Amino acid sequence: MTEFTPVLSLTGGILIGLASVMLMATLGRIAGISGMIGGLLPPPTSGEWGWRLAFLAGMITAPAVLLAATGSMPAIEVPSSTGMLVIGGLLVGIGVSYGSGCTSGHGVCGMARLSARSIAATLTFMLTTGVTVFVIRHVIGG
Amino acid sequence: MKRIVFSFAIGLVFGIGILVSGMANPAKILNFFDIAGTWDPSLAFVMGGALIVTAIGFRLVLSRSHPLLAGGFSLPTRHDIDVRLLGGAAVFGVGWGIAGFCPGGAVPALGLGRSEPVIFVTALIAGMMLVKLIDAARLRAAKPAG
Repeated sequence: MTEFTPVLSLTGGILIGLASVMLMATLGRIAGISGMIGGLLPPPTSGEWGWRLAFLAGMITAPAVLLAATGSMPAIEVPSSTGMLVIGGLLVGIGVSYGSGCTSGHGVCGMARLSARSIAATLTFMLTTGVTVFVIRHVIGG
Repeated sequence: MKRIVFSFAIGLVFGIGILVSGMANPAKILNFFDIAGTWDPSLAFVMGGALIVTAIGFRLVLSRSHPLLAGGFSLPTRHDIDVRLLGGAAVFGVGWGIAGFCPGGAVPALGLGRSEPVIFVTALIAGMMLVKLIDAARLRAAKPAG
């Protein structure tokens, strides 16, 4: 069980949205996290790695800033085994490469722009994630 | 330099949003999708909050001629919905359901000092590199010999 956190989740969502709007207003870029990671991997596709690296570094710094501001790190719980993290990670890497994006790029930025590709991609991955969780938890059991 | 500083600061806000919202917490992600079990609808509020802000914000920003620190907006130009897009999205969803992390959720979690996000992100990068290698090999094969 996890606690239902509508206020915190809405607040976090608004911050995610504000950051996405700020990135578009300043650098003119979509805040797609898989695209930023992919853009840093070889072979180098452009000289655009600086802002990508800086954005990801800012994200990684977030827990330390929250710790300094609130006195505690946000707690997370990882039910998946190491094997599941590896297989899941590989599939996510392959999927976002072929699918040109993930939850941030398609699910937030693309959906907000009413992009047909992003809406189709988001509906598809929400469906397959739901089916996967159902199979793991209720068919295979656990 | 200005671009780097702005990008870092905006990434920080994005990361704090991810952590506060619960998107970096696999237990919360998996419970959101477990409607038949221990359902936690919180993530609908993340998506809702983010979409309300971006839907209005993008409209305002994109009505300008260009962004503050770049010559133009870099927006996706493709409109076709093909097998590659849907197949990729489907595979991404399966991976998300198995691991509980998505890329945007895992990156801020790297800063928590735990091993699981590191394992996930390493595998994520390996998966991305695999596709890059396959694409490069295809491109070579497609070129006429000699």
